[in-house]
Amino acid sequence: MSIFEYNGSALVAMVGKNCFAIASDRRLGVQLQTIATDFQRIFKMHDKLFLGLSGLGSDAQTLYQRLMSRHKLYQLREERVMKPETFASLVSAILYEKRFGPYFCQPVIAGLGDDDKPFICTMDSIGAKELAKDFVVAGTASESLYGACESMFKPDMEHEELFETISQALLSSVDRDCLSGWGGHVYIVTPSEVTERILKGRMD
Amino acid sequence: MECVFGMVGKGFALVVADTSAVNSILVHKSNEDKIMVLDSHKLMGASGEAGDRAQFTEYVQKNVALYHFRNGIPLTTKAAANFMRGELATALRKNPYMVNIVLAGYEKETGPSLYFIDYIATLHKVEKAAFGYGSYFSLAMMDRHYHPDMTVEEAIELAEKCIEEIRSRLVVAPQNFVIKIVDKDGAREHSWRRTTKD
Repeated sequence: MSIFEYNGSALVAMVGKNCFAIASDRRLGVQLQTIATDFQRIFKMHDKLFLGLSGLGSDAQTLYQRLMSRHKLYQLREERVMKPETFASLVSAILYEKRFGPYFCQPVIAGLGDDDKPFICTMDSIGAKELAKDFVVAGTASESLYGACESMFKPDMEHEELFETISQALLSSVDRDCLSGWGGHVYIVTPSEVTERILKGRMD
Repeated sequence: MECVFGMVGKGFALVVADTSAVNSILVHKSNEDKIMVLDSHKLMGASGEAGDRAQFTEYVQKNVALYHFRNGIPLTTKAAANFMRGELATALRKNPYMVNIVLAGYEKETGPSLYFIDYIATLHKVEKAAFGYGSYFSLAMMDRHYHPDMTVEEAIELAEKCIEEIRSRLVVAPQNFVIKIVDKDGAREHSWRRTTKD
């Protein structure tokens, strides 16, 4: 089994009309055994920037701690928060530093940039950025997620419809993947508020 | 076939570990204490490579004590868990410690807590945790019978059920188990479950 599939994960981010959604599954496993069903994969960097980390849980935690520390230092020096595009470049650089001994993680970055324009991107474990206008996926369920998102996505959805779409895409994809699932964690971010919801899907 | 497991109850946390020290087919001793008392209100049950286990647990214990001396206040359980994770993560890509840890602690402010720390430095706060081949049996037993806010008697009963299951279903089951508990009165040994004297 690949090291990327050791803990199991599923992450998806979608763009809507002046908003975005980012969702993950909640399972923490050790290969075939499930350890916990409330594992946090999505982290808030600031009110308009969220980072999801799929792949090896340990490296996700290390990477999150390093990035949080870098962002806090940036905030102290610049007296403002990081733009999503800047943050994506930072993550990419940090991942490429370890080119020949990488972090076994695939990040998904979602944020509201200048004029509250939604920004999403993903990258591989050595920092190759993939910008998208509609949706990005990562994790062991990524192939199912690509299919589900491609068929369910529509451009310019309002936040309620976006929530329904991303939830259905996530739940139907993790149901086909034994290493991810046990519910979902969805964040809907608009310029004025952040809504966090827990989904109850097939608990198996 | 090392077995360590733990659970959180009402105002306490329990850690159970087997006490066998094995080298291939030989049992060196069956009263090896694998649950280290880190400080007055913390228990650290460790399983894995024998040398790494002894080395790492002692290293953590001494560093926890050093923090207490330097700063005048003890580390919280969460802080100790994160310290351990940091050490494991740093060593992971150089010279990994092959040790899996169940950390139990009690604070007046936050009550009892239990942390699962993998040898790859995956950290998660949980209500019940188990490592080793015994985990297949003890986790299943705990999934069935555990409920939040159990009393000490109920938790000991559940621990006994898990031990019974491990003894009857694991092919090279360990002979003796030790149960340690941590609550507002501190971390201490609770009892043993022996099948052989040592």
